[in-house]
Amino acid sequence: MGTFHTGKSELHGITVVVDTAGPEVYVGRCDDMDDERVILLDADVHRDGEGGRSKGDYLAAAARHGVWCRHRRLVLPRHRVTSVRRLGEL
Amino acid sequence: MPYSPLLVKPMREELTQIGVEELLTAEDVERWMEKKEGTALLVVNSVCGCAAGMARPGIRLALENGSGPDRTASVFAGQDLEATARARGFFPEIPPSSPSIAFFKDGELVYFLPRHRIEGRSAEDVARDLTAVFDEHRAVAAAG
Repeated sequence: MGTFHTGKSELHGITVVVDTAGPEVYVGRCDDMDDERVILLDADVHRDGEGGRSKGDYLAAAARHGVWCRHRRLVLPRHRVTSVRRLGEL
Repeated sequence: MPYSPLLVKPMREELTQIGVEELLTAEDVERWMEKKEGTALLVVNSVCGCAAGMARPGIRLALENGSGPDRTASVFAGQDLEATARARGFFPEIPPSSPSIAFFKDGELVYFLPRHRIEGRSAEDVARDLTAVFDEHRAVAAAG
């Protein structure tokens, strides 16, 4: 038994990796997404090379245990997004 | 803001009915964690059906296999706030997520299943992961 959500994208409630053409990669719980934007809740952002870690290094750590919430809600313009993947599938 | 107790009640009962002890306060968590020896499974329960809807039946299936941990307990995220915060204090290096499942051996965290490893999977998948952990640590104990 759980709660139900209507009118949201199929990734609603799923923890996703949102990659961009730039240095940023985002991880958070997808609230909704459409042609205009991706909305993440309880999200983190990593910039390639930040703290000496590449995007790949960061995602490997995120895939293991998840990420710390640094943003309660992020709205990402869809034109900046190159891919949206489930973190659980990395 | 905590959910309505009426909404949460059946989600609590899904675990308590299979013998999972419910820890409602920080003191309950302290008392439960004081005992170190053996194996212990601690569930961070939650409302959202996106993952918890598979976590609870997965836990039930794993425990029904009869080879589970010595002790099982749960806290309810978003509901029993102090108990949940105290429980997460026993694995402070791991980002909070719910539902999630922690497995301790002799008081040491040896396995953690975060929310994103439950999302989108079946109860059988979750049960398979947990059963593998139970078996691994029973085998280690037997070899020791």
